[in-house]
Amino acid sequence: MAKTFILDGKTIPFEEGETIMEAAAAAGVYIPHLCHHPEFKPHGSCKLCTVSIGGRLGAACTNKAAEGMKVESETEALNGDRRALVQMLFVEGNHVCPSCEKSGNCQLQAAAYHLGMLTPHFTHFYPARDVDASHPDVLLERNRCILCELCVRASRDVDGKHVFGIGGRGIRARLIVNAASGRLADTSLSVTDRAAEVCPTGAIVRKRHGFTIPIGKRLYDHHDIAEAPVAGMERPGRD
Amino acid sequence: MTEPKKLKVATCSLAGCFGCHMSLLDIDEKLFELVKVVEFDRSPITDIKHCGPCDIGIVEGGVCNAENVHVLKEFRKNCRVLVATGACAITGGIPAWRNNVDLWDCFQEVYHYGIGLENGQIPNDPELPLPFDKVHPIGEVVRVDHFLPGCPPPADAIWKFLTDLAAGREPKLEYEMLHYD
Ligand code: SF4
Ligand code: SF4
Ligand code: FES
Repeated sequence: MAKTFILDGKTIPFEEGETIMEAAAAAGVYIPHLCHHPEFKPHGSCKLCTVSIGGRLGAACTNKAAEGMKVESETEALNGDRRALVQMLFVEGNHVCPSCEKSGNCQLQAAAYHLGMLTPHFTHFYPARDVDASHPDVLLERNRCILCELCVRASRDVDGKHVFGIGGRGIRARLIVNAASGRLADTSLSVTDRAAEVCPTGAIVRKRHGFTIPIGKRLYDHHDIAEAPVAGMERPGRD
Repeated sequence: MTEPKKLKVATCSLAGCFGCHMSLLDIDEKLFELVKVVEFDRSPITDIKHCGPCDIGIVEGGVCNAENVHVLKEFRKNCRVLVATGACAITGGIPAWRNNVDLWDCFQEVYHYGIGLENGQIPNDPELPLPFDKVHPIGEVVRVDHFLPGCPPPADAIWKFLTDLAAGREPKLEYEMLHYD
């Protein structure tokens, strides 16, 4: 018989070695997340997926499921913390959704919709961040980067290129690229790379494709991210 | 039976584009229903210049100059409930794109170097309000009671919000009415 644990009162089966996030996703249960992606190694940095595991807080994307463990996710307190985390991400960058190509397909925005964020609440930093438009096919818009390192992982683990990295600390942390000039055009990034399309926000976007689907007709304009976690992708289910 | 007292509503556009006001007008024939229950005080719609005591204040746009602050403070003082309406009032929005550009460079670009400009002059009339070096959301200047996001908020969202407030309910937006764009 399959091993199980309890998530918000629901029995969730899991296979040995699976994380709480993986088992929950396979069972069709959404746990809010941003830096987690089913195809990549867990990163555990955004903390949006924080759940209570037998009374202790931990990231669902890095903690392994264990037989009989009791996990709480959909509580008012945890969702309140998640909302605050998302609000901080908004004021830490420059997120002008009305002028963003990704709006409606952006997972940061979608997580904020899901959590009912009406205002970023905290004082905006308006940090000075560079835009890199040097690459012929890919735009790097650092104002919208949430430092989730999905592009870093995709370039390193799938494309085998190490195009991206994070440099600096605190409010000065930023996405850097692997070229002496510091320009995206001088890296080996190609538009067909996994790293060029994995960004959950509008920080890395394909040029000349921004508005092929009009604003208002995009995934999260009509679907809560809990029903459709990744734009263009059905929820990965267990057969 | 006596007519129920109408709610007094004031509206203003600070550093915004009037898009939120357009969206308010976009509730179309519901405007007739709306004027049965609300009466407009200061608003670009009435052209009344100063607001008296009001039930609801609708503020579009962020704060980009000294005049914006005076208007906003007048609204806060007079309005029982203040609603930050639209992306600019809530986050600074598109005007806040200039927050990382030096104000002087901004002026030069707009009035001297802009495409098609010849002999441009930077306006310097004493009547013009003093611009700030940064644009701020209104919540950084006054206390805000409610936030109605969108660029602009859809007409139906404004309608839902106002009717909820008029009925004394906590305003609640359905998923599809909550937008930041
Ligand atoms: S990246 Fe997402 S949250 Fe940021 S401006 Fe674009 S749509 Fe908005
Ligand atoms: S560019 Fe996108 S994928 Fe890369 S770290 Fe920033 S938000 Fe994450
Ligand atoms: S999704 Fe788990 S920490 Fe980001």
